Amino acid sequence: MNQQPNSYRTGPDERGHFGQFGGRYVAETLMPLILELEREYRRAKNDPAFQAQFDDLLEHYVGRPSPLYYAERLTDALRENADDGMGAQIWFKRDELNHTGAHKINNCVGQILLAMRMGKTRIIAETGAGQHGVATATVCARFGLPCVIYMGATDVARQQPNVFRMKLLGAEVIPVTSGAATLKDAMNEGLRDWVANVHDTFYIIGTAAGPHPYPELVRDFQSVIGKEARAQMLDRIDRLPDLLVAAIGGGSNAIGLFHPFLDDPDVKMLGVEAAGHGLDKQHAASLAGGSPGILHGNKTYLLQDEDGQIAEAHSISAGLDYPGIGPEHAWLKEIGRVEYTSATDEDALKAFQLLCQTEGIIPALEPSHAIAAIVERAREMPRDSIILANLCGRGDKDIFTVAEALGVQL
Amino acid sequence: MSRFDTAFSTDRPALVCFLTAGDGDTASNLDALVAGGADVIELGMPFTDPMADGPAIQAANLRSLGKGTTTRDVLLIAREFRARHPEVPLVLMGYANPMVRRGPEWFAAEAAGAGVDGVICVDIPPEEDPELGPALRDNGVALIRLATPTSDAARLPAVLEGSGGFLYYVSVAGITGKQQAALGSIQQAVDRLKAATDLPVAVGFGVRTPEQAATIARVADGVVVGSALVELVGQHGDAAPRHLQDLTRQLAEAVHTSRKVAA
Ligand SMILES: Cc1ncc(COP(=O)(O)O)c(C=O)c1O
Repeated sequence: MNQQPNSYRTGPDERGHFGQFGGRYVAETLMPLILELEREYRRAKNDPAFQAQFDDLLEHYVGRPSPLYYAERLTDALRENADDGMGAQIWFKRDELNHTGAHKINNCVGQILLAMRMGKTRIIAETGAGQHGVATATVCARFGLPCVIYMGATDVARQQPNVFRMKLLGAEVIPVTSGAATLKDAMNEGLRDWVANVHDTFYIIGTAAGPHPYPELVRDFQSVIGKEARAQMLDRIDRLPDLLVAAIGGGSNAIGLFHPFLDDPDVKMLGVEAAGHGLDKQHAASLAGGSPGILHGNKTYLLQDEDGQIAEAHSISAGLDYPGIGPEHAWLKEIGRVEYTSATDEDALKAFQLLCQTEGIIPALEPSHAIAAIVERAREMPRDSIILANLCGRGDKDIFTVAEALGVQL
Repeated sequence: MSRFDTAFSTDRPALVCFLTAGDGDTASNLDALVAGGADVIELGMPFTDPMADGPAIQAANLRSLGKGTTTRDVLLIAREFRARHPEVPLVLMGYANPMVRRGPEWFAAEAAGAGVDGVICVDIPPEEDPELGPALRDNGVALIRLATPTSDAARLPAVLEGSGGFLYYVSVAGITGKQQAALGSIQQAVDRLKAATDLPVAVGFGVRTPEQAATIARVADGVVVGSALVELVGQHGDAAPRHLQDLTRQLAEAVHTSRKVAA
């Protein structure tokens, strides 16, 4: 690997750190496996056959490349509230059109290929919204591996359709009742399963977080989003966007979009966390309202109290409802390369409806947070500037939540 | 001689007892363990996300945090224990985040000041030692590392580097309170560890009964019992000390006399 100076794309270092963040904070039982995973990932990365199989599955199974779409009516709608000459063009990377309806499948395809390379015969995963669980169950069905999904009991209740999907795909869904019974607790339970079954089990982590090398490999698998988008932009209009926008739960769709552009100095980037009921109330914005700490194998920004006890996050979007964030984002914030903001439940709900009505696209609640941020930003940018946002999931899974929030009886 | 040296004297295996701080009347519960014959006390620092623990210790963590236990409370429990029991080694066991929250220096100095002899941190492997190890060693607090069935010969030197007090052998790949490993595999592992270090080797995870404890004590320098004791606190609340002392007495007798039985 050539070590470019002045590059934002060379991390993590050989110990898995992005600046002070990242690392491998796991129990000793898992350490040998984590090291083996890292060695195997290095080999796979340099193996053209692995890359070819990954690319082939993404093209013919997932449906990539996903389209790059100019959202003309949304652009016009936002220009109505902008000053003369203002109102950026809004473009979307349509990862909601992927098989299973979100970007999560990109990562699952990569990780299950790795699992099989390592001779593992059983797959486990955690899920919040159920999107990563569905994507994992999907690739397990595709490759014939048994699959156990840990899901907080609270999330099982609010994401019933996805629970049923996972079961249809042959996965065992285990409701987790410990703690607050949401994503963080599902991840704890996944780790507990893993330490007890290291010999045959591969843990497919669903976001760009966890112990090294997960943040790196999830980012690499998701970078297909940014690589395609960059090439598509150059191809279509022969220029790069001015601003990239993506929602952040753990940060995998965002880092997947951002990473290929990190060394393009004129491309600005905005990550959007979930501000839940508001940053002064319960929320899930770890960068805005948290501080550095250690959880789930990595050092990163966490919602925590003065004793280091982890706080419960809240977001209307189950996929963003996590009190941490991937370590590369923590680093990108600290060095100032990426700007981070947040959108509340209410902002996201409005943006959700706006996209439905202006573009005929029902977005997931996660990217609705990104769209909410765009509503603010577009009017501050000139008409000839370009915002490219990651439409990382579709909203079928969220219609019940949205109906309830809007007071509609289905 | 450190308190550990005394506790792990060569002619008698040690009983190491674990309780979660702030769960029940911890001072009385700890006194009951000592009265029952515990040689080393492990005091668990409660954490919201105890990833390496099974249901019993998870529940104890939640009970303790539910009562509002803070890090300062845990340190106070330690300090008062030290005042009442000047000779009994005391170990804080827990997860990285509460330990490093105010900086490793703060934690190490507070632990040393409270009379804590050693610290076990579940989720700081040797690879991340700079996060906590140097601060503990500078303050004269032993960093007690865990070795597991997956720590192969290649890793062992790294695990031992910078570790002190005793070596904690986690006898099963898994979480606390669950399965029990076969004696044969434990003996093999302990022999391998003892060939590599002069530190005493204590074996834990899944040890619940005096019989199990005695079996392990025949091949190890110490036996750790946690979930079985923690469950008594959960079951009996304020009446726990009597039950804890009973079980500890049986465990201690089994452990302390195990080698005579074997001979
Ligand atoms: C559609 C969608 N977007 C975003 C996320 C958040 O994850 P990440 O930040 O890793 O992209 C999820 C998680 O479930 C999701 O389902």
